[in-house]
Amino acid sequence: MDWGFILERTFSAMIGPEVMVYALAAVGLNVHFGYTGLMNFGQVGFMAAGAYGVGVTVFWLEWNFWVGIFFTFVYAAVLALLLGIPTLRLRADYLSLVTIAASETIRLLARSRVMQPITGGVEGVNQFAGPFYDLSPFKLGEFYSFGPFKYLGRDVWVLLVGWTILLLTTLMVRQLMRSPWGRTLRAIREDEDASRALGKNAYYYKMQALMLGGIIGGVAGTLQVIQKASVQADTFNPVITFTIWTILIIGGPGRVWSPIVGSSIYWTLIVFIENTLRQLPPGVRTTLEDTVQLSDFNIAMLRFILVGIGLLLLARFRPQGIFGSREEMALDRR
Amino acid sequence: MTVADSSIAQSDAPIVTATGVVKSFGGLRAVDVERLEIRRNKITALIGPNGAGKTTFFNLLTGFDQVDEGEVTLDGEVITGTPPHRLAAKGMVRTFQLTKALAKLSTIENMKLGALDQRGEKFWSALIPGSWSAQEREIEVRADAVLKRFNLTHMRDEYAGTMSGGQRKLLEMARALMTDPRVVMLDEPMAGVNPALAQSLLELIKLLPGEGRTVIFVEHNMDVVQEIADWVVVMAEGRIIAEGTPVEIRSNKAVVDAYLGAHHGSDLSKVELA
Repeated sequence: MDWGFILERTFSAMIGPEVMVYALAAVGLNVHFGYTGLMNFGQVGFMAAGAYGVGVTVFWLEWNFWVGIFFTFVYAAVLALLLGIPTLRLRADYLSLVTIAASETIRLLARSRVMQPITGGVEGVNQFAGPFYDLSPFKLGEFYSFGPFKYLGRDVWVLLVGWTILLLTTLMVRQLMRSPWGRTLRAIREDEDASRALGKNAYYYKMQALMLGGIIGGVAGTLQVIQKASVQADTFNPVITFTIWTILIIGGPGRVWSPIVGSSIYWTLIVFIENTLRQLPPGVRTTLEDTVQLSDFNIAMLRFILVGIGLLLLARFRPQGIFGSREEMALDRR
Repeated sequence: MTVADSSIAQSDAPIVTATGVVKSFGGLRAVDVERLEIRRNKITALIGPNGAGKTTFFNLLTGFDQVDEGEVTLDGEVITGTPPHRLAAKGMVRTFQLTKALAKLSTIENMKLGALDQRGEKFWSALIPGSWSAQEREIEVRADAVLKRFNLTHMRDEYAGTMSGGQRKLLEMARALMTDPRVVMLDEPMAGVNPALAQSLLELIKLLPGEGRTVIFVEHNMDVVQEIADWVVVMAEGRIIAEGTPVEIRSNKAVVDAYLGAHHGSDLSKVELA
């Protein structure tokens, strides 16, 4: 077993592109669910909206990449309005139904043949992020090492920009939630009618929260496609939404640093388990293949199973997540 | 604490009126009120047996439910169909039968939420603490004063969810006062409050008319009604069947018949109606 290799991969995963992208998407979900109580089961739809803000602009309109970045915000905000206007006056469950359906609709529509001229269909949009990488001070194809972390130059550039955005967004959300605006969101999460009776336009605040969290999700989607250098409809599947939920629950909803720490823990575990299983000594490996059919394919499944067991244990022994307070959790049961 | 327009507050015109207010659920006419006038700076009790339509009527007055027909006014202004958050801005605030303490907010946060027109409640201003921190401090001073009056200062930084049922009732009323209302509507303020706390809650309610606030409350407990109400409105099957001072109502035969056949003949003031 090559422990050096396993640890290198694991360390690099700790703050890697996935951690950054999913943490940012989870910051958005945290605004929705953690602070406002909105049950958004389609965060990946906002990521797709953001990603296609760039993709469609460059591919179909043939406009500049940076104009596309602007459309990331527009698309995500428009999606939030479309989903929010019919549902936010209704009971909370309607938003979850509509968001999960919308996120799948976006994916299926984007990959459909009809939309091929606009979204690139199944092939998606490639080679659009040139202007982003042109600004890189790092040599794109070279490896850079920082202590235990090791990345390609292009990823170092993505990470530098991505983490800056992530930290600034997190600090912005922290500031917002400490303000009377954030207090009103939390009040609406606790009891909408009480907030309305005290003069708060709950519908309006929920819409603002949906838009803010959706735009943050949109930016996460854009960062993801920039890192992958392609916009592919099928990468925006519902599993991503539930991964983001997992991350938020690991960290604890309604806490500022939960998305980042939750995302880091999640991806570190996934990468560590996968690489360890792949690096098992040949004897052990053969035995496992013969007995429990641990093929290369099954390893990918097994890491999710193990993370699932981890989640079960978390739910049993620390239901409030890493940062949540048990005292606050207990209030729910009164 | 003062109410903004004292000249209006002095006048004799009713502060709240309801005219021809009808609300049906399916075939059931839950509320059918021809005319009701609420007197300014008085305490009006709304009583009646279960299912009389008191809470529905309350919801109609406060914008939580929409009338089928009819008109509601606040200080001469028609407010039919106005959503609750706008009514709060116009000076009408309510509490709920099932207390709505915001459990995961601290007591002081609950209180500060009640203040109207907060600059920091606007999204862009929220990002710039300098634009709202001074107002926030003023609100906090005011909130602390109200908490002191309601004897809740010791709970100031605790989660509201840790409070007892009676304390939650106190908090809800204190929080409602943070909106500086002209009309305070209390839906069963005494339900589930222990007798010791109930007495202080009554004293606090009795102070409100002196501050230029009108109180309308729904209550089941006749002792409470006798003690604090200036005027009693009796509802049964959606209609107003009687109005009068507590003494008049106590001896009104129609009320006694409609209300408590089972206790007919016994001293009404000793009967707890549930």
